[in-house]
Amino acid sequence: MMLSDRQLLKLQEIAVKMREQIIEMLVTAGSGHSAGPLGMADIFTAFYFYILRHDPRNPDWDERDRLILSNGHICPVRYAAMAMAGYFPLEELQTLRKINSRLQGHPHRSVLPGLETTSGPLGEGLSQAIGMALAARLDNKKHTIFCITSDGEHQEGNTWEAIMLAGKLKLDNLINVIDYNNIQIDGFVTDVMPEEPMKAKYEAFNWEVLEVDGNNIRAFIETIEEAKAVHAKPTIVICHTIPGKGVDFMENNPYWHGSPPDLQDVKGAPPKGEQAKKALAELRTLQGKIESEHEG
Amino acid sequence: MLNPHVHLNPQVFNTGIEQVATRVGYGIGLLKLGEENPNVVALCADLTESTHTNKFAEKFPERFFEMGVAEQNMAAVAAGLAVSGKIPFIASYATFSPGKNWETIRTTIVYNQANVKIAGHHSGIMTGPDGATHQATEDIAIMRCLPDIAVLVPCDAVEAEKATIYAGKVEGPVYMRFSRDKSPIITTRETPFHFGKLQTFWTSENPEVTILATGYMVYYALLSAKYLEAEGISVLVANAATIRPFDEKGLLELVEQTNAIVTVEDHQVAGGLGGLVAEVLARTIPSPMEFIGLQNTFAESGKPQELIEKYDMGVQAICKATKKVIARK
Repeated sequence: MMLSDRQLLKLQEIAVKMREQIIEMLVTAGSGHSAGPLGMADIFTAFYFYILRHDPRNPDWDERDRLILSNGHICPVRYAAMAMAGYFPLEELQTLRKINSRLQGHPHRSVLPGLETTSGPLGEGLSQAIGMALAARLDNKKHTIFCITSDGEHQEGNTWEAIMLAGKLKLDNLINVIDYNNIQIDGFVTDVMPEEPMKAKYEAFNWEVLEVDGNNIRAFIETIEEAKAVHAKPTIVICHTIPGKGVDFMENNPYWHGSPPDLQDVKGAPPKGEQAKKALAELRTLQGKIESEHEG
Repeated sequence: MLNPHVHLNPQVFNTGIEQVATRVGYGIGLLKLGEENPNVVALCADLTESTHTNKFAEKFPERFFEMGVAEQNMAAVAAGLAVSGKIPFIASYATFSPGKNWETIRTTIVYNQANVKIAGHHSGIMTGPDGATHQATEDIAIMRCLPDIAVLVPCDAVEAEKATIYAGKVEGPVYMRFSRDKSPIITTRETPFHFGKLQTFWTSENPEVTILATGYMVYYALLSAKYLEAEGISVLVANAATIRPFDEKGLLELVEQTNAIVTVEDHQVAGGLGGLVAEVLARTIPSPMEFIGLQNTFAESGKPQELIEKYDMGVQAICKATKKVIARK
């Protein structure tokens, strides 16, 4: 089914609201990751409001598509998406990282229905997704298992163990979505531990490789459709995303990988105390118009 | 005397006693579970025959997954299978699983409360000639410190089969510890398997010391009891097949009778059964205690029997520790 312009506009508006929720919850929490969640807001919007077969009122529905978040540190975007989709009240977002909250600093499956895994330690999500894909195959289930991984976590050996196994098993019900944003805690991925050529590496492990602008909702949805049609192979969708997308002073700056707004003064950003305000003002003036690199 | 209520092997003190490795019991138990429950699946990391996963793999090829030499991946794949309704058993040598993949087990299986059963093979210096790299002597410590996992250490192949079957029927993560070399069959089909309970295998009137052993070392504890009896020293011998959750009540009932205890294990004393019992007694009935096990050292290559003697874990060492603890009362 073709995505109409009207649907697209609605999704873009949701993505901006999701970014606002992310900024607000991070400021309240006083710690957490900013850049990844902002960069992935378009993809999470596409998943929760268009792609996924799911039911927020019945999170354990057996036929649901699985969305595994391997790089658990970007969970603010998942929490925001889940709350906006109706899994839990929006107000609960303000409990992120606080005591007695279901919104743990890194996601914990047993306390929040709708999370598929407990994650945070990197390199483990794709393996768990494989387990779910194998179970679906054994049970002749038709749902799709999506896994979101980061480029940084491709430095974990476990990730490559999983890539090797999924290729061997020809798991065509498994789609890995890489948040290819080129930042990690210690700096740019290309400096910390170069990973290119990623496409050739996956191809060598018998995966179908697709690439897309991860901030272009329409292109992402179309690429996922293409990935779902792949036969007898797992698919990797390399999503080029802008870390901090939507907030000019955060974009492409590794500082914002692991920090919330208003923690301290940062070069190139408004002073402490003004950062969240500026970010929200900027997002609001966008009025749903997050431009991807490849849009007109 | 042998406790008649637990129906032990009457041949236990005969030199020709039947010997079978506990890993064999794992293989038999796993196969039986596979026959009973289609949700049971098995994973292995290139050690299918050695861990006795092969019988299951041959009978249920569609439910067996060869992971290659990748223990972290194996643990997390199993977690994914478990949250999807399967009951995965993962097997490797204990130095690699749960050794190498400990954090993966912690996060994706235990904290995640995934219904995965972890079989750690080649535990202890019993692994013998392969040397210390392959002798898991810290696995009890790294598993029993985790909340919400059961830790089972069967004393022989018969109990190993029962423990495996129990693990397959109970919900939640379980760690099971097995050894490579043959060891005497102490129990029988009739011996009850009581999860979470210490079991007294040797009783005496007015016992002076409790000898609490785990794994195949229970056999050495029983031999020691027999020797000590000949010397006029009365002891109790109990089998700690469940390390976690630990039977504190059962321990206190034993120690109240003897006011002294010797722990016996093929594992580092630090963090092992010895450490566990010391933790309990320190806050309940502080009592003179001696520890048989590896004393802050790695072992080396050699025949199991040679290693047990060299590292002071055999009958002589247990008897000596018993006398020492009596003298401290």
